[in-house]
Amino acid sequence: MSSRENILSAIRGVSIAPKSLPEIPDFRLSGELVETFTQSILGNKGEVLTKVEFDNWLPNAKFSKIISLSSHFQNESTISLPEDPHELEDLGLAILDGQFGVAENGAIWLEDSNLGLRALPFITEHLVIVLNRKNLVETMHQGYNLIGNAESGFGLFIAGPSKTADIEQSLVIGAHGAKSLRVVLV
Amino acid sequence: MSHPENATEFLKDQAKAKWHDETLWFVRDKRDRISKTIPEWEQLREIASQIKDNVLANLGSYLEDFERNAQKNGIKVHWAANGEEHNQLVLDILQKQNCTAIVKSKSILTEECHLNPFLEKHGVEVVDTDLGERIVQFLNQPPSHIVLPAIHLKKGEISDLFHEKLHTEKGNEDPSYLTNAARIHLREKFLKAKVAITGVNFGIAETGEFVVCTNEGNADMGVHLADVHIACMGIEKILPRRKDLGVFLRLLARSATGQPVTNYNSHFRSPSPGKEMHIILVDNGRTAQLAREKFKNSLKCIRCGACMNTCPIYRRSGGFSYGSTVPGPIGSILSPGLDMKKHSTLPFASTLCGSCSDVCPVKINIHEQLYEWRQEITKTHGEFGKGLSMKLANGIFKSPLAYKISGNLMRSALKALPDSLIYHPLNTWGKNRNLPETPKESFQQWYQKNRS
Ligand code: SF4
Repeated sequence: MSSRENILSAIRGVSIAPKSLPEIPDFRLSGELVETFTQSILGNKGEVLTKVEFDNWLPNAKFSKIISLSSHFQNESTISLPEDPHELEDLGLAILDGQFGVAENGAIWLEDSNLGLRALPFITEHLVIVLNRKNLVETMHQGYNLIGNAESGFGLFIAGPSKTADIEQSLVIGAHGAKSLRVVLV
Repeated sequence: MSHPENATEFLKDQAKAKWHDETLWFVRDKRDRISKTIPEWEQLREIASQIKDNVLANLGSYLEDFERNAQKNGIKVHWAANGEEHNQLVLDILQKQNCTAIVKSKSILTEECHLNPFLEKHGVEVVDTDLGERIVQFLNQPPSHIVLPAIHLKKGEISDLFHEKLHTEKGNEDPSYLTNAARIHLREKFLKAKVAITGVNFGIAETGEFVVCTNEGNADMGVHLADVHIACMGIEKILPRRKDLGVFLRLLARSATGQPVTNYNSHFRSPSPGKEMHIILVDNGRTAQLAREKFKNSLKCIRCGACMNTCPIYRRSGGFSYGSTVPGPIGSILSPGLDMKKHSTLPFASTLCGSCSDVCPVKINIHEQLYEWRQEITKTHGEFGKGLSMKLANGIFKSPLAYKISGNLMRSALKALPDSLIYHPLNTWGKNRNLPETPKESFQQWYQKNRS
């Protein structure tokens, strides 16, 4: 017998009383959505900007390599998306559209269609995610309702910049991935 | 060595032991504070526990669903009965790719299978990319905690290590500086690796996707740059529905580190065009544990580490004292199932205070299972048990009724055990350890009633 058959037959050999799958209540959140979301992002060591604040920040940040896939910032790219993600090694800034944000924890959902290359939000030195303030939900339960049966090959929640506390529990931002996360609410 | 002997070793550096204790307590406290901000927290734990009950009762069919759906999405699914088979499957994939250097992200399962030494023996360079795991890998040590792998080390030790391995400035202990040195070092490894290995937090039966959660982004850096992604998953990591993730992602990070969610939560459904994605489903003792009626609930574990952070014994004896891949309370109920003789002292490395069960996000009755293992071990392996120390403790532990009255009461009972018992030379874990503060009155009543 193959290991597959062995494992499955071992499992079948154990009789466990049937247990029904619980329904998940649609737990909500109290409080104002934008404010709660903003506090969550700040707690995760990201920042939330208005479009005006972003427009002021970008030229001063002086990035030489920028890729924007955001429908809101179509003219910001200084290079085009390569085929091989290894060429993004020295990318300074990626600007991506997020699909929706979750207020309780600041998690923002993106899929292949938002990412161009899956490595993009990780390999870039700094990351900006643009989010329509109408697309905020309260908790992860509503988030998964929105994802529904989406069939993207890859999707992820990003909630902040890359971080670690592996040295004496001291928080350090910028472990391997993006050293900062700015969320632009439009 | 037994747990008490190892613990004695750990306690030799008293300042460090104290720091370890306090730091983990701080993490536990963060977990408490954030859980209190969610009014439905207890309901979420209950739902998570019920979902996992359902998973254990239908594990076979969920695994088949998962396999079918994953294959439909272009993921190659493999099955491994044990660690050796798992390791061989990984090596076969690497050899097909002519790959001799890989990056790996936090996977307790690959630790459990001893993948690194196996691959290194076959000429493959393995680089653990989680910062904490890279640190312990440089030291040839296993992780001492499943979420905080290097929690047993002070920054001075890491500074010396990085000076030697990464040529950082001697004496520079600044965590930002040291982390940045690791970032530069690991970036090079990420860019070169053709194959990346990750663990799996959750596998979804109805979609065939799997989810990996990190804060550093190391799993994603590895897999999105590599041509081949190998994900290693214990068969118990299955969840039935995608929406179950809503429950589990709300619980996981809050329980683990007291943060509202991990910064990266990646859902892998199919490989990028031109790339390969493999998943290895590993048994390695899990079906045997499923068959143990009293202990099967240990398979509900989502590896958050909360039971370690809260455990008065873990905090005061360090992860290495357990001598098992998964340390702490949950490790002490998983490991005897793998090797009862080797791990016979672990179920005794507990005050049975019940704090582990109180914080567990999937409501595993950890302290009750510890108690049950003690019964099994003293029954079948009396000679490995705690001998005299155990006999002394029997007065308290032998009555399941008294034990079950409540975890809180047991806490009191333990606090007020005569010092001669707690600090008895045979009861090694009692050394240098204060038991939790407890209301004295209720114990007095209980003790008066039960002493006879
Ligand atoms: S037993 Fe519970 S508390 Fe401990 S690591 Fe597993 S899920 Fe977390």
